[in-house]
Amino acid sequence: MLGSLLDGLGILGTSPEMLALFVGFGLVVGVLFGFFGMGGSFLVTPALLMLDYPAPVAVGSGMAFVFGTAVIATLKHHDLGQVDYKLGVIMITGTTVGIEAGRASVYHLESLGLAGGVISVAYVVLLGGVGAVVTRDALKNDGSGGIDHEAADQDLSRYETPEIAKTIQQTVRIPPMVTLRGDVRVSVWVITAVAFATGLLSGFLGVGGGFIRMPAMIYAIGVPVPVAVGTDLFEIVFSGGLGSYLYGQGGGVDLGIVVPLLFGSALGARVGSAATAVVDADSIKIYFGGMLLIGAIAVAIGEVGAYVGSPTLELLGLVLVIGAAVVVAVAILYTTIASLRETGRQEMTAAD
Amino acid sequence: MAGLTVPTWDPETAVLIGTILLEAIALYVGYGGLERVFGSRLMQFLVGGDADAR
Repeated sequence: MLGSLLDGLGILGTSPEMLALFVGFGLVVGVLFGFFGMGGSFLVTPALLMLDYPAPVAVGSGMAFVFGTAVIATLKHHDLGQVDYKLGVIMITGTTVGIEAGRASVYHLESLGLAGGVISVAYVVLLGGVGAVVTRDALKNDGSGGIDHEAADQDLSRYETPEIAKTIQQTVRIPPMVTLRGDVRVSVWVITAVAFATGLLSGFLGVGGGFIRMPAMIYAIGVPVPVAVGTDLFEIVFSGGLGSYLYGQGGGVDLGIVVPLLFGSALGARVGSAATAVVDADSIKIYFGGMLLIGAIAVAIGEVGAYVGSPTLELLGLVLVIGAAVVVAVAILYTTIASLRETGRQEMTAAD
Repeated sequence: MAGLTVPTWDPETAVLIGTILLEAIALYVGYGGLERVFGSRLMQFLVGGDADAR
């Protein structure tokens, strides 16, 4: 077994140069993931595609990387007491059934010739709706929207349950009732319904569903934000693990890509996560938005390059997508060290 | 998400996914240990002074 893993001059069939590239890229992706709590993994699959890996290997290895990252993040949230396994297991069951129902609906609509139109409208309504609710709540609380790192570290009992979740908890009291982390008492049927609905949308729209599940857990079930994040990651361990297994069966998971990526990203995630205690995320959000835009342009340039058969354009796309991620990661590290040094200077002046 | 697609048992793929799982756990534990041992020294080096104050 070991012999097949360590072959040639490189390790796992990958050359030393590529291993170094993957460790470095993993480090960058990890810093972004640790700092923003999201938005790193999506860079991996396009980068692998631009490196000329076949699509099943790019997607399968990307999914296996997400699986590994989710395991590490879940362990961290477990240590902080932010994973509700009871909620996770109920959610996994409901979500899986929902996904299959969503898939069946797509095939049914396809046979009627309505799939494209209905899915597009569902996307717009869903994204617009989720975006509006989260933004309204963030503005009302004078917060920044998204996942607030400081809030994520505070005591679970200090969380205020959203009004809509309170109404659901008081109205739907069909037994069996369960008590979740953060002292949330809710009917199992509410959790099952939420899981089924999010799974249905996930299967219907063909997406992973984290962006639907997290707000659903917060606003419909009423669990505190860190528990929603931790439990969502716990679900990703299962969905990512199963997805990786299915891709792996078809030869789509390349350990020569996943192992070095994880090696770098696990370290980067620790650095990025520690940086959130020092740097205000808002000040770097503009870079994050810019990175997403540059990433989209880079993928488009790479696709055009592949279409017209221009290696220069393909290389430009790759340089842009990796370059944008590197610039943001370096900006985070630079701002963090500068902030730490400034604090150190102020403390020394105060001591004098 | 994989839905209800039932995967067939494949020992080689199971070892592959198991390797990733083990690596993830080893990295979490390993980097955590390194952070505890070298974290404060690294901070002092980066900040160039009183890291313990943080």
